[in-house]
Amino acid sequence: MKNRVSGLAASLLLAISHSAFADYKLNLQTPVNDLAREVYSLHTFLLVICTVIFVVVFAVMFYSIFKHRKSKGHKAANFHESTTVEIIWTIIPVVILVAMAWPATKVIIAQKDTRGTDMTIKVTGYQWKWGYDYLDEGISFHSRLKTPQDQYENFAGEKPQRNDNYLLEVDNPVVVPVGKRIRVLLTANDVIHSWWVPAFSVKQDAIPGFIRDTWFQADKEGIYRGQCVELCGKDHGFMPIVVHVVSQGKYDAWVTEQKKLAAASQDDPNKTWVLADLKARGEKVYQANCAVCHQASGKGQGAFPALDGSKMVTGPKADQINLVINGKNAMPAWGKTLSDTEIAAAITYTRNTWGNSTGEVLQPAEIKAARK
Amino acid sequence: MTTVTHAPDLPHDDHHDHHPTGLARWLTATNHKDIGTLYLWFAFTMFISGGVLALCIRLELFSPGLQFFRPELFNQFTTLHGLIMVFGAIMPAFTGLANWQIPLMIGAPDMAFARMNNWSFWLLPPAALLLMISFVVPGGAAAAGWTLYAPLSTQMGMGMDLTIFAIHIMGISSIMGAINIVTTILNMRAPGMTMMKMPMFCWTTLITAYLLIAVMPVLAGAVTMVLTDRHFGTSFFNAAGGGDPVLYQHVFWFFGHPEVYIMALPAFGVVSQVIPTFSRKPLFGYHSMVYATSSIAILSFMVWAHHMYSVGMPVTAQLFFMYATTLIAVPTGVKVFNWIATMWQGSMSLETPMLFAIGFVCLFTLGGLSGVVLSIAAVDIQLHDTYYVVAHFHYVLVAGALFSLFSAVYYWLPKWTGYMYNEKMGKFHFWWSMIWFNVTFFPMHFLGLAGMPRRIPDYATQFTEFNTMASVGAMMFGFGQLILLYNVIHAIRGGVGPAPQRPWEGAHTLEWEVPSPAPFHTWETPPPVELVDKLSAAQKLH
Repeated sequence: MKNRVSGLAASLLLAISHSAFADYKLNLQTPVNDLAREVYSLHTFLLVICTVIFVVVFAVMFYSIFKHRKSKGHKAANFHESTTVEIIWTIIPVVILVAMAWPATKVIIAQKDTRGTDMTIKVTGYQWKWGYDYLDEGISFHSRLKTPQDQYENFAGEKPQRNDNYLLEVDNPVVVPVGKRIRVLLTANDVIHSWWVPAFSVKQDAIPGFIRDTWFQADKEGIYRGQCVELCGKDHGFMPIVVHVVSQGKYDAWVTEQKKLAAASQDDPNKTWVLADLKARGEKVYQANCAVCHQASGKGQGAFPALDGSKMVTGPKADQINLVINGKNAMPAWGKTLSDTEIAAAITYTRNTWGNSTGEVLQPAEIKAARK
Repeated sequence: MTTVTHAPDLPHDDHHDHHPTGLARWLTATNHKDIGTLYLWFAFTMFISGGVLALCIRLELFSPGLQFFRPELFNQFTTLHGLIMVFGAIMPAFTGLANWQIPLMIGAPDMAFARMNNWSFWLLPPAALLLMISFVVPGGAAAAGWTLYAPLSTQMGMGMDLTIFAIHIMGISSIMGAINIVTTILNMRAPGMTMMKMPMFCWTTLITAYLLIAVMPVLAGAVTMVLTDRHFGTSFFNAAGGGDPVLYQHVFWFFGHPEVYIMALPAFGVVSQVIPTFSRKPLFGYHSMVYATSSIAILSFMVWAHHMYSVGMPVTAQLFFMYATTLIAVPTGVKVFNWIATMWQGSMSLETPMLFAIGFVCLFTLGGLSGVVLSIAAVDIQLHDTYYVVAHFHYVLVAGALFSLFSAVYYWLPKWTGYMYNEKMGKFHFWWSMIWFNVTFFPMHFLGLAGMPRRIPDYATQFTEFNTMASVGAMMFGFGQLILLYNVIHAIRGGVGPAPQRPWEGAHTLEWEVPSPAPFHTWETPPPVELVDKLSAAQKLH
């Protein structure tokens, strides 16, 4: 028993000293643009004022607590009600608050001014990934958490080796040119999300059915990380934001490459697929979009139903197509985000994997027809 | 229910004294003291339940990775922890205090509507039950956060419907309780006790009751709209049908911000009783305290959107809500300065109630100052929905509301039980709570500044140390509350000896003019005017 306790204590100590102790931070992240620097120094200014108030006020109180004690024979005075004192301690806080609000007003006006931007990116929040559309370039992609599931799902007590940017890494980062003023348009597909990159001091909710705008600028090349900050369901903690700030030249090269990639991966919606190909394509779609709830095993989890052996998946295909396109309760309406080919592939995959073997092959044309 | 047994052991022969015993005594309770006791025990039970959920949250956050709970269950824990603590623990505890103390302090025989009082309490256990069983219904409990933001809340399973009904029921209970408090205070004060001679606790409770009547229907409206969006095809919060998700937040926070003061004002009242008592000196500025409380209540209706700085409001709205919010610091400052001026040149002794009151003043002020930082919209953009906010509201609600409740319990326990509690253990409870509270919540300021979002079940590794620290602190703080339970039960069973009628020499309010324990019926004949005048003079009220 004693051994176990000391063993536990030792491993705890080790964990504390080992796990990136040097990384812990006490303050806001290092700002990389003028706005974030202003917010940073405004916070420091507020912190100093508040600390001074706290120290002064409680110095008085603790002096009183130590000196004006019955046990020290201190007799209670009987004074009370003084209009002068009341007026003084009303006016002084008002003055302090005005001193705080004045610089803050300037920063807020700058935060809200989205004029004069160089380019526009539309950001869409999904449960649970981000979609980015470069409106000027015609580039679109989704950005998902890259950290493998086995690094964060440790229910059996595993101690996995974690990536350096554990939970703060994505498959497709946002790429922007350095020093440019970038307008961000935000919306969401399902529930409210919130897009935050601390180093740029930009945070804006993404609201389904509405467009909001904000802006940011990065004055230094580098990789900047943030997270979704509005509770959006199960994987709220697993939809980070990564922004690569690069030189204009690198940015232009990236744009060209993205356009080529997009052209190459374009599906021909009229193609007729065979089972094996469509299943293989469907597996990729399933892993990227469906497995997070229904699990790679198709066994489901908690509130999310199993697909393996499901009546919906082995029954009439029209019902399943309808459910996937239009969604229901926690099931998103995938018709808005996936192409006909992707939906056909994912459904075909679920109807022919695990214990399911309907042998059916859905063609993209059927999905197209069902959308109407 | 109609069988009423005699209680022969009670000394009076008054016809009021025919009351049932055993379980029926509590089920049919109409006596304000019995109902106050029920409220307080209910609140304690909910405090423990909400506390267990909090410890589950901290257990999962002890180290990076998901070790114990799946994210959807984790979200259910954070949601129900908030709902249970707010609606099950803090609010009923203050209603319990009001029930016990207001008739005693204003010289009234009971609350104005004794039977409605019974009903307002007995609505609470079914509501709590709905919340508890929601964990085992398909889809689990509500997992949209205690704010239940649409459209996430329209996505949930039937646990959300149970939560909505629970909120309806608790809302009805609160409104009835509030009507009772308002009527009692306005109509049943002893002769000679004008409004401006009432104990401060009665004033803050009265103003709180008005806030409740004003905003509980707003919350009921908000959750009802969620309910009809979920089941009856309306689109209040669904843009596709012409609604607006942000509308929910406006309506919710129009309730939600006054709600903050519903939990804080009675705490101010308790502290305003305890500090003068143990400083042996009258409250410094009674009148300005009354005006400050009223100003806070009025301002609380004009600041709701400071919870929504990141939804994308126009710059003018952002500025208006920032200026209005910072204004609240002024009357709040007046209160803090008043408490300190009351202590100044007093003759202080530091019994447990006073320790908790001082702890309250320090830590509530710290929470108030982080509130000032958050009120500045420019900075809030960096802090909104991070752990900084979690730290802030736990400073005002745990070290604020909860510490004041502890203070109240120790202060009035001798009157309630007739016995003195164990002072050493009370002091230990204070220091234990004080230390571990800060170990738990102070590091959360740093986590928030460094960028850790709220309501996440797992975090990036640079947040590990402070999370581990917070988790250890939370466990210690949580288990430490068993000291309170022990001390209360010990006092009920005789404590360290019988309590005198007025155990605190600095106390000059009417509840200390009845025997300890307070008999079942008190002030059946109102206290004489001379007594009321004498006590008012001792409190320097005129």
